[in-house]
Amino acid sequence: MAGSIIDKVAIIGMGCTRFGEFWDKGYEDLLVEAAYEAIEDAGIEPKDIEAYWFGTMFGVSSLPMALALKSQYKPVTRIENLCGTGTDAFRNACYAVASGAYDMAMAIGVEKLKDSGLSGLDISDITYRPDGTAPDITAPAAFSFLAPAYFKRYGLDSKKGKEVLARIAWKNHKNGALNPKAQYRKEVPMEQILKSPMIAAPLGIMDCSGICDGSAAVIIVRAEDAKKYRSDPVYVKGLAVSTGPEAGGLYHDYDFTTLRETYFAGQDAYRQAGIKNPREEVSMAEVHDCFTPTELIVYEDLGFSERGKAWQDVLNGFFDLDGPLPVNPDGGLKSFGHPIGASGIRMLYEMYKQLQGKAGPRQIKNPKVGMTHNIGGMPWKAVTAVTIIGKELG
Amino acid sequence: MVGITAYGAYVPFNRLERKKIGEVFGERGMPGEKAVANYDEDSVTMAANAAIDCLTGFEPAKVDGLYFATTSATYKEKLAATTIAGVTDLRKDVRTADFTDSMRAGSSAMLAALDAIAGGANSMLVCMADCRLGGATGALEQTFGDGGAAFLIGKEGVIAELEDALSISSEFIDYWRDAKDDFVRSWEERFVITEGYNRLVKEAVARSLKKNNLTPKDFSKIVLYGPAPRHQAALAQMLGFDKEQVQDNLYSTVGIAGVANAPMMLVGALEDAAPGDKILFVTYGEGSDVLIFKATDAIRQLSPRRALRGYLELKKSTMLYNTYLKWRKLIDLEPPRRPDPVSPSLPGMWRRYQQSLGLYGTKCMNCGTPQFPVQRICTKCQTKDQMEPYTFKDKKAIIATYTVDYLTASPDPPVIFSVIDFEGGGRMICEMTDSEVDKLDIGKEVEMSFRKIYDKNSIYVYGWKAMLKK
Repeated sequence: MAGSIIDKVAIIGMGCTRFGEFWDKGYEDLLVEAAYEAIEDAGIEPKDIEAYWFGTMFGVSSLPMALALKSQYKPVTRIENLCGTGTDAFRNACYAVASGAYDMAMAIGVEKLKDSGLSGLDISDITYRPDGTAPDITAPAAFSFLAPAYFKRYGLDSKKGKEVLARIAWKNHKNGALNPKAQYRKEVPMEQILKSPMIAAPLGIMDCSGICDGSAAVIIVRAEDAKKYRSDPVYVKGLAVSTGPEAGGLYHDYDFTTLRETYFAGQDAYRQAGIKNPREEVSMAEVHDCFTPTELIVYEDLGFSERGKAWQDVLNGFFDLDGPLPVNPDGGLKSFGHPIGASGIRMLYEMYKQLQGKAGPRQIKNPKVGMTHNIGGMPWKAVTAVTIIGKELG
Repeated sequence: MVGITAYGAYVPFNRLERKKIGEVFGERGMPGEKAVANYDEDSVTMAANAAIDCLTGFEPAKVDGLYFATTSATYKEKLAATTIAGVTDLRKDVRTADFTDSMRAGSSAMLAALDAIAGGANSMLVCMADCRLGGATGALEQTFGDGGAAFLIGKEGVIAELEDALSISSEFIDYWRDAKDDFVRSWEERFVITEGYNRLVKEAVARSLKKNNLTPKDFSKIVLYGPAPRHQAALAQMLGFDKEQVQDNLYSTVGIAGVANAPMMLVGALEDAAPGDKILFVTYGEGSDVLIFKATDAIRQLSPRRALRGYLELKKSTMLYNTYLKWRKLIDLEPPRRPDPVSPSLPGMWRRYQQSLGLYGTKCMNCGTPQFPVQRICTKCQTKDQMEPYTFKDKKAIIATYTVDYLTASPDPPVIFSVIDFEGGGRMICEMTDSEVDKLDIGKEVEMSFRKIYDKNSIYVYGWKAMLKK
């Protein structure tokens, strides 16, 4: 029987910059803003932090963080794991604290993407094949493989399918409009989403999340120490990562209506957290809505919806802010923006604030368990990281 | 008996109506249409696809050599025949050579192959393709088209026996390009035709007929290369052949595809030939090659293939002149706002030539699962190092899912990517080419086509793409 992280580690402070296109800020500005918000939130001094886990996709080594934060000869571990980068930095920091190696650690994620001159990501390496024959599939195209496969399997015509996807984008923008830290803070009408220019058919530009700059940080201690720092710490209930072996790209039993790594990571995290029925027991979630079909299929892989039924839950408002299981209450990647290395910790930030009752106009009523989910890579070869956190011990 | 044992052809799917070229410059275009190699095609891919067509029903392992002819080589220095030998899965102990620089390079390669058979080889594969450029607003741009042909030459199962071959050589400059020229240059037409084409071909044909004691009436077809259709028609008449005997020069359907033009016409003649028919095959370029072929009874037994007739029917004639300019890189485009592709790695390519050229993956000997690309640990049963090479080139495949990518950088947007499942197992995530977006669907059958994937730093990466089954 595999072990569990449940109730061993607690979050005592978090910070998150606004996400967006910050022409006037470098990654070091973003790191300082996120780190010091977390430090203030925890009521500690920078010197109290004994070790750092630093998540970012670009550049090399742990030095950029130490240079920016002037961490004084403390250990910094650099983590890169595609869109799971931030969450994986958090996960590894949790293990270090739970082991007793350190009493307090920070995980911090950052991305400064808008210096590249590109609207997308410069990551041709993930499709790299040494013989040079790998197809140059963009991220939206890779994820749009999911749409026709899902529509065909569950009998949605292309019009209905588009409507379901648009409804997801519409919801996330509606939530993001209430969030002062989101990149895009306005509602977008369904019509506009449906008619947005094609990026990777059937996905239009409004089915895609924004790529931007931002940073988020989290400070953790062992659960038994948490109340020394604040009365409302949040406890880690489950941490899971699943990295796929590309089976779905090699063997025909994968039909592109599921994200296997999401399923496996979800199962592992639920086991650790003792969750039997996620649809009932998870109060809210931040999931990786890089593209609208991703969010649709994640609902099924995380057990929020039955197989083939997520599209109905979407249309019925099940995942709306005032629905039974709000998903992406902060606006998601779609509206909040997606600075890769920061996104996982940004999701955690929203769950943390919601559990503390500090989410302002987006506050969900009395949530107990929050969940975050990231997927990086391609649907058939992905890295997925899932976190479950809760308000109470036990 | 030595001769042709099989033939194949390739014509690009896209055709440009000549009137559209004229319209751009406010002139009346010439009649008919020309075949235009897609941006992912070149003389190597066209010859390779013709060679694959030619080998339908034949064992590549029995071929002893490959000769390739073109005047539009991808590299000035680096053999192309070895690339095509990889695509066609030939043995390692084969002879390979490229023939170039002359409109006679195609027939020269055939003659060399015939000599090789006479010298003891059992079977030689000869393929040719061309993709020549004429300058904008000129007649050559409209006349030229792209295409390829291929022949198996051997001594067993001969479908067209070589009765005689004769060549004359003469220093003569009429059409030329130096090492830096993109476009074909030419001298005044009257000189070119009178003193070059007409005089040299007439001499070669007269010598051949005399030597073999034959007259034009003895031939069912003359396959006569011509730099332009009217010159070909006029010369055939001067040589004493009736209109019905003159093989269509493909001007109206393909255009004059350089060194591949006459060989493609020969494929057309062989497709129509009955046992006993004599074909006079005449090429031109700094001299002339004259080959006399006689169809045998075996010509009726050749396994079905697409060949010229099949490829002529597969076409889309909606392309614009601007698209042609873009595909041939004749206009400067705004660079895409996408990451620069990484430079190909020669060792990386070298480790996987069987995969990239022969479309080989591996098949697990423990559980029988074919997989692409090459794996060491089985995706299905996780057995280590129990793999055997397995090619997907000739397997049927269907679309499992697909997307139409408007974002990725391509000279032919949008790009279709699909997940395809091969009959017998194995899956490939690949780009599609020459396929129409509105005809895509899950479950549709696709076929594989050998294409140029990309180039950087003058290194060309070749591989396979899928297309909707034509």
